[in-house]
Amino acid sequence: MRSKVVGVFCIAILGVILFSFLGFYGCAQERESHSKVTITVWHWMTDRQAAFEELAARYEKAAGIRVKFELFTPSDAYSQKIIASAQGKTLPDIFGILGKKRDAASFIKAGYALDLTKYMDENMGAWRNQLFDKALNMGRFTEGNLFGVVPGIYAVPIDLMNVQMIYNRKIFKEAGLDPNYPPVTFTGFIEQLKKLKEKNFSGFVSGFAEAWLIDSFAFSYAFNIMGEDKVMKTLKGEVPYTDPDWIKVFTLFQDLREAGGFASGVVSMDNKYAEQSFANEKSAFVYNGSWCINVYKGMNPELDYAVMMPPKVVEKNPMVIWGSAGAAFYVNAASPNAQEAVRFLKWLTDDTQQVYLIETTLNLPANKNCLNKIPKILSQFTDDLDKITHPNIWSYEESPKVTEVFARGIQSIIIGEKSPETVAAEVQVAKQKELKK
Amino acid sequence: MAQRRFSNYLFILPACLIFATFYIYPFFKTFQLSLHSWDGIQPAMQFIGFANFKELLFEDSAWWNSMYNAGYITFWALTFQNLLALCLALACDRAMRAGAAYRVIFFIPPILSEIVVGLVWKWIYNGDYGILNYWLTNLGLGSFAKDWLADPNSALTCVAIAHAWKGFGWAFIILLAGLQTIPTQLYEAAYVDGAGAWKRFIHVTIPMMIPVFIMVIILTILGAMQGFGLILSMTLGGPAGHTEVPVIRILDSMKNSQFGYACAQALIFGMILVSISFIQIRISKYLKQA
Repeated sequence: MRSKVVGVFCIAILGVILFSFLGFYGCAQERESHSKVTITVWHWMTDRQAAFEELAARYEKAAGIRVKFELFTPSDAYSQKIIASAQGKTLPDIFGILGKKRDAASFIKAGYALDLTKYMDENMGAWRNQLFDKALNMGRFTEGNLFGVVPGIYAVPIDLMNVQMIYNRKIFKEAGLDPNYPPVTFTGFIEQLKKLKEKNFSGFVSGFAEAWLIDSFAFSYAFNIMGEDKVMKTLKGEVPYTDPDWIKVFTLFQDLREAGGFASGVVSMDNKYAEQSFANEKSAFVYNGSWCINVYKGMNPELDYAVMMPPKVVEKNPMVIWGSAGAAFYVNAASPNAQEAVRFLKWLTDDTQQVYLIETTLNLPANKNCLNKIPKILSQFTDDLDKITHPNIWSYEESPKVTEVFARGIQSIIIGEKSPETVAAEVQVAKQKELKK
Repeated sequence: MAQRRFSNYLFILPACLIFATFYIYPFFKTFQLSLHSWDGIQPAMQFIGFANFKELLFEDSAWWNSMYNAGYITFWALTFQNLLALCLALACDRAMRAGAAYRVIFFIPPILSEIVVGLVWKWIYNGDYGILNYWLTNLGLGSFAKDWLADPNSALTCVAIAHAWKGFGWAFIILLAGLQTIPTQLYEAAYVDGAGAWKRFIHVTIPMMIPVFIMVIILTILGAMQGFGLILSMTLGGPAGHTEVPVIRILDSMKNSQFGYACAQALIFGMILVSISFIQIRISKYLKQA
């Protein structure tokens, strides 16, 4: 009995020694691999992970520095992870910030993001000059900015995006419409939607369950109907949402509903669902971002479609579309690898890498020199780059609570529950409440 | 004696530490955050007292609308879901052929992912190619076909039905376990006394099952009120907030970098759930005594 106990004891001791040895060996291996600098990048872009990994391998070969791209999805979960990591001071060397400019400002003010201005200015601003200014604006804070951030450029745009109307050419032909002449006025758009409905085609689809899509569509029309100045005055609180011009904006959704223009269930659709609906040729028009080309290619390679600006309501003001950097990376100011991280981002936005990203992910490049390398369908999104705007580059920002009431109100108009006037009044009440704070 | 007492405390120390770290501290931290305006990122927080609670309780109609929606889903779960579970448990409690197979089948919905179940039901309710409209049309009821989740009159009920379908398996298992603990002698005695099936159910099954019913009701309310994933995958809380529930609102507040407000919402919601559970426990004690 005694010898049995001793035997078991010896086996246990041996087990402990073996595990300790394995653990020590593992740590030693890990330390060896860390003797080389490793830059860690956190992002949320599932469609770009393979391309990023390939570029990381190329960079390691060229510069001898290992880059580890870590993907976290969905984007909501990624946002929360970044915030939690900031609180725990465990941010990686490079990270993206999803959200409004206010969120980016908070990260910068807390000292989590490195000011990249001096790197951008090196060699007479060579790096800055090769990037689209509108993409750089995403991470640029100017003198006297609303958030009290020290002026500078804090983010490196990796690509560019804009949100436009896309239409199915095949459905156009089947409905007796000329696919070479998409509607240019809102009245013409309504007429075409009616014709499509007569031929039993579903008209306009978008992920209007997501507030940002409603917001961007409505604000594009607000810029067209009342002009940028008045929109900014509204955000500032000087023009109420009950202004006749805003009522006109809300009424557009009522007009679309009354014309039977919306695809069934548009208010309960997220963007992924709306993309499926368009890719499966169930809807003639979709309001979506430039990233959709890659999505549609995966869902239906035979899809015959073209891009158009949202049809204008009035001629006096230009129509604008939402657009900015699709993804932008920040460098962790506290990272011991900050300098290497900046160098890597510089390399990532160089022509060769940007062309590789265009070819593999079909996104618009952040680098101006690569515009001539983009495929034909993607070039339709670059034709209107001069018309892009984005809340992240505006001087004023709407509060999240007003945005929520705004988007929800438009959903109510689409389902015929509320009138444009009622919604305008509700949004104004929310705005006044926020202004009082 | 003192040494023995010391060693006793030493034994419970790890449990106390874990409880304090993972339950007590987060609770007080949540309360502390609820008294501040904080975006979750900057180290500095602005103390605002009970302003978040005041706004939530007296000015946030969307919050109370989400509470109503959660209550409506809970009502469906308490009635439709639990009645279905009870009927199936009663059927399976009898020595029926392939009873074990039925038990497994009825327990499949609860173990499925909420997101998957939500997407399947979203497809069923779809206005263009949903199976519900397909059958309605085939049965000559095409005039009733619509996009069920986009219609504010039907969206919440549709979500409640999907939730009830997902949840009835839990109630079924608990009720079946309860039914199987009732001594058969009671039924035999009642039968000898001339009680029919209905009377045996009313005078034997129901009284014996009251503790189980109370437990099922508590679990149903807590589960339904905290429903989240299913609704997120079906409607994202839409159309226009008609299917929004408190947990979605808490998540939205966090997404909007309003951590202080989100903490106030979480505390109020937690207090409501604790109050409901407390009332139920009191009722259950009263019923047991009666």
